Amino acid sequence: MDTTTIKNSFKSEEYFINMGPQHPATHGVLRLLLTIDGEIIKKVEPDLGYIHRSIEKMCERDSYQQIVHLTDRMDYLSSHINNEAVCLTVENALQLEIPDRVKVIRTIIGELTRIASHTLWWGVMGMDVGALTTYFYGFRDRELINDIFEETCGARLTMNYNIPGGLMFDIHPNFVKRTKDFIAHFKTKLPEYDTLLTGNVIFQKRMKGVGILTKEDAISFGASGPVGRGSGYSCDVRKHHPYSALDKVTFKEALKTEGDSLARYEVRIQEMWESMSIIEQLIDNIPEGDIQVATNAVIKLPKGEFYQKVETARGELGVYIVSTGTKNPYRLKFRSPGFSNISLLNHIAVGGKIGDLVASMATLDIVVPDIDR
Amino acid sequence: MGLMKDYKTEFMTNEALQNLINSWIPELEFTEEGSQFLNIKVKPEQLHQLMSQLKSNPETNFDYLFCLSGVDYEKELGVVYHIESTTHRHIVVVKVQTEDRENPTFDSVYDIWKTAEFHEREVFDFFGIIFNNHPNLKRLFLTEDWDGFPLRKDYVDEINMVIK
Repeated sequence: MDTTTIKNSFKSEEYFINMGPQHPATHGVLRLLLTIDGEIIKKVEPDLGYIHRSIEKMCERDSYQQIVHLTDRMDYLSSHINNEAVCLTVENALQLEIPDRVKVIRTIIGELTRIASHTLWWGVMGMDVGALTTYFYGFRDRELINDIFEETCGARLTMNYNIPGGLMFDIHPNFVKRTKDFIAHFKTKLPEYDTLLTGNVIFQKRMKGVGILTKEDAISFGASGPVGRGSGYSCDVRKHHPYSALDKVTFKEALKTEGDSLARYEVRIQEMWESMSIIEQLIDNIPEGDIQVATNAVIKLPKGEFYQKVETARGELGVYIVSTGTKNPYRLKFRSPGFSNISLLNHIAVGGKIGDLVASMATLDIVVPDIDR
Repeated sequence: MGLMKDYKTEFMTNEALQNLINSWIPELEFTEEGSQFLNIKVKPEQLHQLMSQLKSNPETNFDYLFCLSGVDYEKELGVVYHIESTTHRHIVVVKVQTEDRENPTFDSVYDIWKTAEFHEREVFDFFGIIFNNHPNLKRLFLTEDWDGFPLRKDYVDEINMVIK
């Protein structure tokens, strides 16, 4: 038989397989329905809702102090920043004057959270593409940050350190020293990340030119955070709508124009350097003063609508509150970064192979509870 | 900060925006009361026309739909669109409402902003609002056989909901 006869006797046809909800590269309980032809992806349809807890509905019956605690459970790797978003919305609505000490501490811990999240992402991302060692390096450095958090507020992950009006309690006397020690340590360790993984030829080949997202599409899909910035789209909320002490510091917005997986990877590495620089600018000058402003035991927001956006480790988190003047929000919507970022997965994965999809997903840095809320 | 100034070129004030948008479509309701942004209330039949003009006009260039929320106002059902221009950095809020709770229908803005595909599916899932011309309108989080729309104010579920 000649080759044409062989080719004709095997029909090429599309079929579909499930990826997840237990696949390790889906980071939690996300199921992807893949339509494939051979190994070429024709369509990716995310099936969401495996851990949807309807946080928005729960918020409608909870007080504003209680809502802060629910936000930890969305993007648990940016828990401090999520808490801050709700607190800022409530504080702006009540027109509270927040002490500078609170603003600076919030910003420092927010940037530490970002580094902790990015180190975890780096470790897990390496694992996704087959570099098992990175996991241990990433977690080694993240543990140090978690230790600082534990000493500060008693929790390592779901922090609940913010309350509407300020902070729950003052920082630990060791906080400044330990943070500085960490920065000094991490400055010597972050270059190791590049030595270990970034320059690796196999890694480069798996990332370069894979999962390309143009700037125009990034904006249209509502991409934010490192996903948008990897496509050259300047979308850093810290730059465009600064909050807390972020207007007092100078930092560069990490931007890459390639739009591929490697660009998103490099943006996050660059962001860790910038976060360290932000912390360094603030850590020696934490102003003296109160750590909270008194609020009523029952907080009632005035009638109206309030919106606040912040930059979590994954991108733009928005809190939209519709208030009718009672002690509960009438409607509360979380615009989560992961939700918009997952919507572009089909767009960047079509035409690639399943292995490329794993690399693309890893650089989207998905946290499923953030999508499901 | 020096950088901030560059970003804000051609920024339009709320008043200038209101005058410009009002010249396209009459009968829009503008308000800034109880909100930090300019709010535009539009009739369902004019929604798509307004949205595509807000996006395509170079002076407004609202290319970034950053939040799309369904809201149950008890009498009406509505959708709230928060849109921003990534070049001019101005923000407006567009609101659309209908009193038809049995069959609430608006035009999809998926052809204007691709992010609307998932956001509109979420609103359909939780509020039962139907979007015309949506490419794939089905439940997103809940199962296909779910009864009712949980984020509506009149939704009752005696087993799963804890009411205080």
